[in-house]
Amino acid sequence: MEPMEIAELIKGKFPSEVKDVVEFRGQVSVLIKKDRLLEIMKYLHKTPELYFDYLADLTGADYMGKKEVRFEVVYNLLSIKYNKAIRIKAEVPEDDCTIDSVIGIWIGADWHERECYDMFGITFKGHPDLRRILMPEDWEGYPLRKDYPLKSDLGEKEWKPYLEVIEIGKKNLAYEVR
Amino acid sequence: MAVIKDLKTKTLSVNMGPQHPATHGVLRLVLELDGETVVKCKPYVGYLHRGTEKLGENKTYPMALPLTDRLDYVSSMSNNIGYCVAVEKLLGIEVPERAKYIRTIMGELTRIANHIVWIATHALDIGAMTVFLYSMRDREWILELYEMACGARLTVTYPRIGGVRADVDQEFLDHCYKFTEEFPKLIEQYETLIDQNRIWLQRTKGIGVLTAEEAVNWGLTGPTLRGSGVPYDIRKFAPYDAYDQVEFEVPIGKVGDVYDRYRCRMEEFRQSNSIIRQCLEKLPGGYVLASDAPGYDLAAGPRKKPAPPAPKVEPAPEAAAQPAAPPTPPQPAGPEFEEVYVATEVPKGELGFYFISDGTGKPYRMRIRSPSYIHASVLPRMCEGSLVADVIANIGTIDIVLGECDR
Repeated sequence: MEPMEIAELIKGKFPSEVKDVVEFRGQVSVLIKKDRLLEIMKYLHKTPELYFDYLADLTGADYMGKKEVRFEVVYNLLSIKYNKAIRIKAEVPEDDCTIDSVIGIWIGADWHERECYDMFGITFKGHPDLRRILMPEDWEGYPLRKDYPLKSDLGEKEWKPYLEVIEIGKKNLAYEVR
Repeated sequence: MAVIKDLKTKTLSVNMGPQHPATHGVLRLVLELDGETVVKCKPYVGYLHRGTEKLGENKTYPMALPLTDRLDYVSSMSNNIGYCVAVEKLLGIEVPERAKYIRTIMGELTRIANHIVWIATHALDIGAMTVFLYSMRDREWILELYEMACGARLTVTYPRIGGVRADVDQEFLDHCYKFTEEFPKLIEQYETLIDQNRIWLQRTKGIGVLTAEEAVNWGLTGPTLRGSGVPYDIRKFAPYDAYDQVEFEVPIGKVGDVYDRYRCRMEEFRQSNSIIRQCLEKLPGGYVLASDAPGYDLAAGPRKKPAPPAPKVEPAPEAAAQPAAPPTPPQPAGPEFEEVYVATEVPKGELGFYFISDGTGKPYRMRIRSPSYIHASVLPRMCEGSLVADVIANIGTIDIVLGECDR
């Protein structure tokens, strides 16, 4: 079954949930609403002719100011049995930053979801141990959001040796820290 | 002496790492022990987090390439190749044949180098010291080959988006060929040391067993998954570079224990060796960098295929009187809000790059799906219920590098 046919199958099964289907370089993305995510995922995992048994990747994306709905959670699925891949994207609005956890279907989603929470602040409902994973536990803010600065915005309060390095760089190399 | 009845015992929490030689970096495990048995295992990662994804989103595609070296510093060449393959897919760049073959050679050399480091440290952890010395001696050979090709030994940044940095010379090919002739004997040396060793067998057989369904459900990849008997190899499933033009087998295990994963990797040594041999024999001529490769023009001269000359158009007499055409707007670098997820088979498993392009020349979102991250997450499943000594064997068998895990 071709990826586009799988997308059509999802659209036929859940017509009100699928918002968009895009094909690019042979890869098909299906944009869905988040409400019936678990049903769709279970359908993809359990149906014998689809059998997406392997969650390759789970991540988030922040479209601040670029799209109507700010966040998307992206699931890259692969069926090892049929060697077919599909990408499911679920919209997560900023004012209701939650989505169902798929840990009951693919247990490997555990750390992916923790990282997504750590980096984007998206809460996964039903995750047994949702804590920060890469950043320190007491960190404030969500680093991969687009409104999070790349460089520290502490200014004068910045760690002294770091400021000195920048000063030396500016003096010697006409080097600008971006 | 009175017999002690109903002896009250309680569990003991032991902190292992982050500074521990057997955790292969800065992995920290908090183990709850009941005597010698692990009741609970809680991994903590993130000590080496450098924000590679955020940095990549603020750099152009060629500029972010050296960051990928620093992910898995044991097999940096594979990371470069994975990144380049992904960007090429996004931008639609066709790589010259010769570059594809060179990359395949480099990718497989890296696989050998990685597995050499793996067998060295894994055997050292379990108590077989001698293998460490033998394998470090042989790894030097591969690092010298890297040095011949690009001048660097560890963080190479040799592949480029659209090909490789520079062509390889005859000296490299001769040395590489000699390596493929010698290496099967060296594998036998390692196997003589540990394959029949009773201590090795006792420490590895039946330890850390994962069934096939479980391993897939956890998202394991690479030899860690194939040890459980799932023949999932991206080189076969979605061939990139020259993997569709060489013949090789994907070794799989049966039981899914530490020993099977060890056998898989030892067999991969031989398969990689055979792939390198085939590539060297088939290596085509030609250019090594595509004409539409983006970024710095490091490879000047014959390395880069020149763009076809624009056809000369005789100006029509009436056209001369017309005002000059407005300059064409610059072509956007990459499509608008299109995305690709491209996975490559690095020595440790599936390294996936997920890009969202917004047409500015910088990725809007760059996501790195690293195998070590997922492999570290399976540690509680493998360790809980086993002995403390097997924790070390389990950390070794999943083959993690924390630079890649924490990104």
